[in-house]
Amino acid sequence: MSTRLFQRLRHAGVMGINRRNADFTLVYNTRRLYPLVDDKYRTKQLAQAAGIAVPTLYAKVEIERQVRDLADALQPYHDFVVKPARGSGGDGIVIVESRNRSGFRKLGGALLRLDELQHHVHNILSGVFSLGGQPDIALIEYRVKPDPVFAAVNFQGVPDVRIVVFLGVPVMAMVRLPTRTSEGRANLHQGALGVGIDLGSGATTGGVWRNRPVTEHPDTGESLAGIVIPHWEELLELAARCYELTGLGYQGVDFVLDIERGPLMLELNARPGLNIQLANGVGLLHRLERVRAETDVERVPVAERVRRARAWFGGVQSAT
Amino acid sequence: MSNRRLYFLAGILALIALLIFGYKAALLGFPLRPHEQAPAWELEVRVGFQASGEPVRLSLRLPSGGNGYEIADEQFVSGGYGVNTRSKAGNRAVVWSSRHPEGEQFLYYRARVRPGAPAQTERDTTAPVLESPDFEGARQAAAVALVEEVRGRSADAETLVTELLRLSRVPAEHGHVAALYGHDPTLVERLHTTVEVLTAAGVGARVVHGVRLQSLARHAGLQHWLEVFDRGTWRAFDPHSGVPGIPEEYLPWWYGDLPLAQLRGGQHLHTKIALIGTPEPALRTAAWRERRFEGGWAKLSLLDLPVETRAVYMVLLTVPVGVFLLVIARNLIGIKTFGTFMPVLIALAFRETQLLWGLVLFSLLVALGLAVRFYLDRLKLLLVPRLAAVLIVVILLMLSMSLVSQQLGLHRALSVALFPMVILAMTIERMTVVWEERGAREALQQGFGSLMVATFAYGVMNIDLVEHLVFVFPELLLLILAATLLLGRYTGYRLSELARFRAFGGRA
Repeated sequence: MSTRLFQRLRHAGVMGINRRNADFTLVYNTRRLYPLVDDKYRTKQLAQAAGIAVPTLYAKVEIERQVRDLADALQPYHDFVVKPARGSGGDGIVIVESRNRSGFRKLGGALLRLDELQHHVHNILSGVFSLGGQPDIALIEYRVKPDPVFAAVNFQGVPDVRIVVFLGVPVMAMVRLPTRTSEGRANLHQGALGVGIDLGSGATTGGVWRNRPVTEHPDTGESLAGIVIPHWEELLELAARCYELTGLGYQGVDFVLDIERGPLMLELNARPGLNIQLANGVGLLHRLERVRAETDVERVPVAERVRRARAWFGGVQSAT
Repeated sequence: MSNRRLYFLAGILALIALLIFGYKAALLGFPLRPHEQAPAWELEVRVGFQASGEPVRLSLRLPSGGNGYEIADEQFVSGGYGVNTRSKAGNRAVVWSSRHPEGEQFLYYRARVRPGAPAQTERDTTAPVLESPDFEGARQAAAVALVEEVRGRSADAETLVTELLRLSRVPAEHGHVAALYGHDPTLVERLHTTVEVLTAAGVGARVVHGVRLQSLARHAGLQHWLEVFDRGTWRAFDPHSGVPGIPEEYLPWWYGDLPLAQLRGGQHLHTKIALIGTPEPALRTAAWRERRFEGGWAKLSLLDLPVETRAVYMVLLTVPVGVFLLVIARNLIGIKTFGTFMPVLIALAFRETQLLWGLVLFSLLVALGLAVRFYLDRLKLLLVPRLAAVLIVVILLMLSMSLVSQQLGLHRALSVALFPMVILAMTIERMTVVWEERGAREALQQGFGSLMVATFAYGVMNIDLVEHLVFVFPELLLLILAATLLLGRYTGYRLSELARFRAFGGRA
């Protein structure tokens, strides 16, 4: 907590929450556009209309009455994910891995009876997990089968790739790996592992777990560095396209890599960018300034923006 | 993004706040500290006389302030008498009149004497009208000679007066003086003669009668001194030493050669002046001054509100202070709390319960509420009914805690009723969700953070000085607003982020 640390953070261009809110989200993200990303259902529709692949929506529950018919709606599916459309930070997501006669089997093995699942859906509808407690809807969708590239460094969940995009230019990326503590969820504050990705090569660098730098997965013991993310160029282009999709100048795009369907866009986030700096061991500010210094960056084609991003921000060695 | 507009706005707000604050503190004398006392006196004049059934007319000179004092709350106690006050030649007087009074009569005049505001002590600058004195024969010659002599030994009006007063102190030793003053004049006679001599010399002068303000005087004697019109204003002179200036505890009453009271139609007139020092809260003095000073402006004073409303504002006005601390705690330090303003509301409740009891009661309520909430969870209730149920349970818990503490004789604990129950219910609900989703650690951490901020806010909001300052000088809230606006653009790190990002500390 010394002033030296303060100066080092400044020097490294680490962006704090105040800075992000005051100089980026408040400036580049119009309030009006927030519902596009805060409501996962609308994001999904938007992405589909633009031809961006997303996990298939099996059903959506909008009113309490529909909860009774949940069993029928779920009948065709062996496994699925239930999530609140407006949840924040991964709260309220239930991943059902398989089912049997008595009920459902959650990721990690816990059993869930139908009535428990129904109660959970009720909670979602009444807004327990939504921002500001507004009524919400529950989405039931395809459970992603993760690409085996992360098999060695994944504990029971679906790793996701987050790319922060500023004015249409990808500026930083990380992959979030579920751990035993995160119970298969990919949110860092729930104990998932964040691993930085070199924008140029798409290869992982070092990681961070519970705010501490790590080089190995805490559960599997495998080294975190040097995993090359498949479809890297495509991921970057999809992420860059999301700028035109939503109009948000500063956003985070989350992807999952499905073994069959390739990159799927999971959700968008209008307030990203704190943990990703830890995962990469690099501050965001210098990169954001670099993009801001370009006057034409919003008008050049997606491919060119990605090329520049890889040239500008690629090959950076993690310092942690 | 330029912050210039923000700095400008904050600067303007701070400037307005400081200007009003300075005006009130320095010019109107609003006290900067709580419980400050300002001196004040109760003045009473009792006039008694013997009436014999004839029409009576009694006039009494009234003080009109001066030498830094002001007169307030005048009362005339006089059953059956007509009362009217009049002003003449700089003197105020009350005239009591009655057609057929009989026997011993007592009339009273009461007033409060307060020091005037620094900005208000105006000087009397009305120029005197010089009338030629009615000296005759030898006295006329003596006066001319005395003026000649004294003028020769003085440089200006001030030294002339001083010299004259000095000479007149022992009239027998000086021929002209003795001829003018007589051999053993009283102080009043001496002053009257001095005024005449000065008038002859072309210097405006008058005798002043007054009292010395003291903490207690059943029979306050009258004091007499001289005022001379010099360089555009009236200046007082001490009659004994002859030097300019009179003690600051002297209150001027009236001018000239009339007595304090004059009676027509009665006998045995006697007057008694009583004085008692009754210091009062400096705030009241200041409010009174403000009201006198500028009519319209003073209507905006909080001190004129009804007592209950004032009591409400006394508390309400500390809320911005608490909120400001909350902004610091959240945006500068990075303490996580439940609900944005919950800690401030808890801090308000602590004012009634006292800190220790507040912490105990709050923790107990939340803990019990959480237990009930976890039980309700098993019943799989929908959100709104569940929240309502928690709220009802919270109120029941508060009631039972009050009842139990009443039995135990812990009267402090009765104040549990003052906790904001809706906020409590929301906190309990939110805490359960955090508990389930992020773990007990996170929930307890946020709960502890909330209590810490509440305690801190309570500590500051409860300082007498803070309470006093925001109540007496509500314009200081503009200063807090300006600081809050500036904090709204603080884009540096939060203290907690130094810990979060400490991994970067290893870099050179």
